[in-house]
Amino acid sequence: MAFENKDMAKRYWGENLKIMGILLAVWFAVSYGFGILLVEPLNQISLGGFKLGFWFAQQGSIYTFVVLIFVYVAKMNQLDKKYNVEE
Amino acid sequence: MDIQTWTFILVGITFALYIGIAIWARAASTGEFYVAGGGVHPIANGMATAADWMSAASFISMAGIISFIGYDGGVYLMGWTGGYVLLALCLAPYLRKFGKFTVPDFIGDRYYSQTARMVAVFCAIFVSFTYVAGQMRGVGVVFSRFLEVDINMGIIIGMCIVFFYAVMGGMKGITYTQVAQYCVLIFAFMVPAIFTSIMMTGNPVPQLGFGGTMADGSGMYLLDKIDGLSAELGFNQYTDGSKSMVDVFFITAALMVGTAGLPHVIIRFFTVPKVKDARISAGWALIFIAILYTTAPAVAAFARVNMIDSINGPDLKGVPAEQAPGWVTNWEKTGLVKWEDKNGDGRMFYSGDARNEMDINRDIIVLASPELANLPNWVVALLAAGGLAAALSTAAGLLLVISTSVAHDLLKKGLKPDMTEKQELLAARLSAVGAVIAAGYMGINPPGFVAQVVAFAFGLAASSFFPAIILGIFYKKMNKEGAIAGMISGIVFTTAYIVFFKFINPEMNTPDNWWFGISPEGIGTLGMILNFVVAIAVNKVTAETPQEVQDMVESIRYPKGAGAAIDH
Repeated sequence: MAFENKDMAKRYWGENLKIMGILLAVWFAVSYGFGILLVEPLNQISLGGFKLGFWFAQQGSIYTFVVLIFVYVAKMNQLDKKYNVEE
Repeated sequence: MDIQTWTFILVGITFALYIGIAIWARAASTGEFYVAGGGVHPIANGMATAADWMSAASFISMAGIISFIGYDGGVYLMGWTGGYVLLALCLAPYLRKFGKFTVPDFIGDRYYSQTARMVAVFCAIFVSFTYVAGQMRGVGVVFSRFLEVDINMGIIIGMCIVFFYAVMGGMKGITYTQVAQYCVLIFAFMVPAIFTSIMMTGNPVPQLGFGGTMADGSGMYLLDKIDGLSAELGFNQYTDGSKSMVDVFFITAALMVGTAGLPHVIIRFFTVPKVKDARISAGWALIFIAILYTTAPAVAAFARVNMIDSINGPDLKGVPAEQAPGWVTNWEKTGLVKWEDKNGDGRMFYSGDARNEMDINRDIIVLASPELANLPNWVVALLAAGGLAAALSTAAGLLLVISTSVAHDLLKKGLKPDMTEKQELLAARLSAVGAVIAAGYMGINPPGFVAQVVAFAFGLAASSFFPAIILGIFYKKMNKEGAIAGMISGIVFTTAYIVFFKFINPEMNTPDNWWFGISPEGIGTLGMILNFVVAIAVNKVTAETPQEVQDMVESIRYPKGAGAAIDH
């Protein structure tokens, strides 16, 4: 038996959902937020030769997606260790 | 050496490599055939997933589309990468923990229902067939342009190759072949992009060069130059969109959710040894995909400038036809570029208004990009080999889903449960054979609607599988009545909307007639929302989910086999 009791399992799941929720909020913000809904105001700002909103839609959101997955992996591995459910 | 000789050499070498790998990695059991025995390293699995995912459409067509529509092309870039975040966070680890072979397996077991399983099997087969027909066509196009064989002959050669390694090797053969195919396709895509970036902006990194200044001494930003040219020539502004914001939002969402719901992508996460590996695999896959997806918009912008400049000349008066750039004369032969001298001045002119004299097919942009930038012949041949790698790797992954769905979900778990493992493996191989032949037939005799049905595949995946799987994992009490009602209403709604605008009344397919301004490409998002709403509503008024199913859901939430032990 991996978890010491049912309560621990519940807390593990709760923390898991919290990590997911935060990361999905960032996921939504960079793509739907910066790349689509706020694209016009952000396009007033320049990043080198890019308009910022355009850059998020064609470059920035993709880089953020990659980072999000690796942050998720690191956080979940920590969580598994904390609750002693590592494989 | 000419382009054709180079193409024969490079395509020949890569094909020999794929066949060699297939022989080395033959599958001996159903476990190896379906999920490569669950023993693939996450980095290798990431590369294989990337090759599986990036089809002829990503490799050949996407940059071309972006080149013509600018900002709006971001729907594909964000849609086809953002889905991996959903996959990694919400689906992959739990489905790996569940530990069966297929998506219909999960739906059938989780919703303790043969009906649910069969709905899922039907969707998986439909989505995969839609996709695979387009891939075989892509193979045929590359063969006929670069090897000057008949397009049908090209498709038959492609069928034989896929047949060989998919039928023999199953998932194990496919996975290792896809690793090789990824290397070929990414090298082929990056080499011309890097050269072009150096020539145009002096920066070897296309992702940066794209936002840099022109190397022609003008000191002007590349994107400003495109916007300036667009304004002068009557095209839409490159860095602004022309689609409505609500449509961009819904299309992006349908592509993202559709990606996360595509069975041939999900199945990849069953091939790694542990839950931990499933999480990181999605990360590796997205890195490998992002290399191409962040380069594609740069290729698109470079090609846009080169295309306009080479046709209209530096003074924007148009070049005389006898001095036409090489790529125009080469591609005119295929009929994919056309020039009509409307004003009779003997000069070519390309614009977005009434002065326009050019008709340029979007699909040629990537394949013509080395010619646009005057790169050597071997680079053109390399692109041909890369395009074939992209098409073949995706086709093989899809064929595997089809054969698994037939042999495992339809026969073993449905009609003929008393099959031995040997019979099941034989059935899987035979259905792979059947699927290759059917796909080849559709490639040779393409139904007129291949392009239209791509929207269908994503819409269907988004409106059927995705909500059922998400609810299955995150909502323990979701019962079979709710899930089935949700899937059916999602599919029926999405299908009806797409069929109405794409097949029955194509002339009505304009923003004025769309509901809430959502195009058929984006309607899967609304279908998905409908699925969630119906599923939850029906769930409230029907019987409680059995305790053992709730326990199973509990157990897939934790990496170790802990669930069952908690309650008892």
